[in-house]
Amino acid sequence: MKRVFPILWVLTALLLAYGTYQALVVAPTERTMGDVQRIFYYHVPCAWTAFCLFFTNLFASVAYLIRKNVRADALAVASAEVGVVFCTIVLVTGPIWARPVWGIWWTWDIRLTTTLVLWLIYVSYLVLRRFSDTAQTPILAAVLAIFGALDVPLVYFSIWYFRTQHPQPVMGKGGSLAPAMLHAFLINLLAFSVFGFMVCWSRYRLEMLKREVEQAQALESLAGAGARPAASLPLSRSAR
Amino acid sequence: MNAIKFLIAAYIATWLVHGVYLGSLLQRFSKLRQQLRELGKGK
Repeated sequence: MKRVFPILWVLTALLLAYGTYQALVVAPTERTMGDVQRIFYYHVPCAWTAFCLFFTNLFASVAYLIRKNVRADALAVASAEVGVVFCTIVLVTGPIWARPVWGIWWTWDIRLTTTLVLWLIYVSYLVLRRFSDTAQTPILAAVLAIFGALDVPLVYFSIWYFRTQHPQPVMGKGGSLAPAMLHAFLINLLAFSVFGFMVCWSRYRLEMLKREVEQAQALESLAGAGARPAASLPLSRSAR
Repeated sequence: MNAIKFLIAAYIATWLVHGVYLGSLLQRFSKLRQQLRELGKGK
């Protein structure tokens, strides 16, 4: 596995480079928005990847609650953290697109607001994981993750069922894209999905390594604590 | 509409966020490996 990992990273980088070339050079310029529409080729794939990671977090959290599996808990932490990174990009690139198109950076629109709430839920999940270190923390975090995941369908379907300023979906519900644009979009969707998977896998390996170090430190301190009473035993006897 | 500067800004922001995060992952990896090596030496 150690040999495969760098090869997969190189392939991911190549796929991302090809996706960038498709988005910035090959895809035709949109008639009304101009070049700024090209933000769409990484804004939407990042949102999709964030949703996939938050769903991974949900399944891992449920698996942890049922089986108390340490690997499931590590996957939950990894997917939440990487999901927050991708969601941050969505929240940064969205306003950069909105400024020239809408004339404003931000509006309290249902899609934008629910996305911000989603980001805040998972940031609070990470804050809980970072600053609480009790045996109950993984259970509390798993429950919070279940509530957090409820916001994902709300974000996705908000533009279907509510009046919103956000553009309508390009695929499904009557939306369509020119074939050259669709090709660039699908390449980037694939590239960012693979990239998200690779980053999540790296973060998962980091989390397992962290637990290994913590376990080794705990064993070492136990061994140290075990040595002390033995050494102090004659002293305590002589004190009697 | 001078849209190209917004496109460049969004592109830089995207890869800046990813770059900073990947950098922090590498830093944490090397720190943990160092700790593991030190724990191994102590045994």
